[in-house]
This record gives sequence, C-alpha cells and structure tokens, in this order.
Amino acid sequence: MWNYEKRLQFPVNIKKPDAKLAQAIISQYGGPDGKMGASMRYLSQRYATPYKEVAGLLTDIGTEELAHLEMVAAIIYQLTRNLSMDEIEKSGFDKYYIDHTLGIWPQAAGGVPFNANQFQSKGDIITDLTEDMAAEQKARTTYDNILRLVQDCPDVSEPIKFLRAREIVHFQRFGEALRITQDKLDAKNFYAFNPGFDTNGKGAQK
Amino acid sequence: MNNQIMNNQGLQNKQQMLKDIGIVSFAVVDLALYLDTHPTDRAAMEYFNHYNRIKTQMEREFSRNYFPLTMNHAESNREWRWGAAPLPWEGVCD
Repeated sequence: MWNYEKRLQFPVNIKKPDAKLAQAIISQYGGPDGKMGASMRYLSQRYATPYKEVAGLLTDIGTEELAHLEMVAAIIYQLTRNLSMDEIEKSGFDKYYIDHTLGIWPQAAGGVPFNANQFQSKGDIITDLTEDMAAEQKARTTYDNILRLVQDCPDVSEPIKFLRAREIVHFQRFGEALRITQDKLDAKNFYAFNPGFDTNGKGAQK
Repeated sequence: MNNQIMNNQGLQNKQQMLKDIGIVSFAVVDLALYLDTHPTDRAAMEYFNHYNRIKTQMEREFSRNYFPLTMNHAESNREWRWGAAPLPWEGVCD
C-alpha cells in the first residue's frame, strides 16, 4: 500500500502560463519515455523478480516515479492555468483543449495517447533491468530536449533539472541491481537463462 | 499594516519550513535507494537514520503549526484538517 505526502518532491511555482510549452512537456507525463510508463514499468516488474533487494529497489524507484508523475502534472497544470481562449487558439493548444479542456491526460507531445506498450514487464529480471536502464537514459535525453526549450524560464527549468538528475541516479541504481542479479547467477549462465522461471525458482538464491 | 507584515512573515516561515522538509526528505529518499543496493553500508545507514529522524520531527512541527503533510499528523477536532490542507500542485501564489 501507499501513503501520500501533501507536498511535491521538488517545488513547482510557475508564474506565467505557456500552453505551447505544456504541449511539449506533457510527453514526460504520458509519452513513450514519460512518468506514467516509468512508474507502471517498475511497479509491475517487481512481482516476478526473484531477488528481494531488486524487488525492493523497483518498489522504491517506482514510488519515486509516482512523485515525479505528480510533479510533471503540476508543471502542465500551472502552464495551462488561466489561459484565455485567444491564447489557447494561438498556441496550438486548441486540439488538446477540444478533448480535455484543461484536464491533465496522459499523451505524448505529438498527441499519441499513453499505451501500456510503451513499457515491458517481461518476467525475466535480466531483460527487465536492461530495459529499466535504457528507460532512464531515454527519459534523461527527453529532459535534455525539454531544457533546450525552456532556457529562459527558470520556473520551469529548475524542476526539470531536478527530474533529469534523478534519471541519472536511477540508472546507476538499476546498474547495481543488474550486478547484484548477475552475482547470484551461475557464472556459466551469466546472461543465458531466466533465474525466476527456467529453473523453477531454483536458479534464484533468495 | 502590522497584521500584513505578520502574515507575510508567517507565510515566509511556512514556505521556508516546507522547503527544509523537502531538502531533508530528498536526502532520505536518495539514501534509501542507495541502501537498497548497498544494504551493509553503515555510514549510509547513519546518515539515513539522522535525516529520517529530523524529517519526522519537522513534519510533526509543521503539521502542528500549518497543515498535516501526512495522515499520521492529521488528528482533528473541529475541522477535518487533512481535507483543508492546500493542494500541492497549486504552487505558491504570492
């Protein structure tokens, strides 16, 4: 189960709305490398994980991703707050507005809706952790792209920089989890089999 | 006038405290992830214990003065304090 803290992990206080920017940043909510996929990826993968340290890490990083999901939503919410109809039309936000008004909905910057195919839960800890490391790098690249767009807007770039730095830490932790996993495998089967399935769990030294 | 200054100071204290809680909580979250993959690092555990203790104290104090940050601190009498707390995504409007 979860407990909620009534604060953001890093403050978001955006004074000036910018609907054009909101349409770009929404990709980190429901886009291919966004927080919806990240949180669901780690929180789904943990069940088939044979090692409890790794399942614990997936739980904790998945939990932090939920806090990031909330931060990204807060950024989009504040960037689209109090928009006039004129601003909605001129910024190109009208297409989103037609379907969602000012509601927060998971989609990519290009309008593609969130889809569970944007992440995997493969039931093989080596496969899953390798995906997780790639996912953190893909999200980091997306933040780099966003940062080039928001250079003149510290209200937006500060929380984005925080989120970017967390991708790097998560990548490091997943790398350590992969090493922990490999250390528990037979050296002859360093990459070859799924320790959670192929050996009826016997390949997994808990 | 005096009231306004007092209110501003109150708001500043509240924002400062919330910021400090954010800093301490960040240390706790980051140390927890580190400890997940380094479960025998005693120095990291000492850091974790230290910041976790401070976080709990600060949250208790903040909740007493302003609003409950977690349901652990939401005990209420006349008004349901948890429900009256501001929404985190609204940001600061001053």
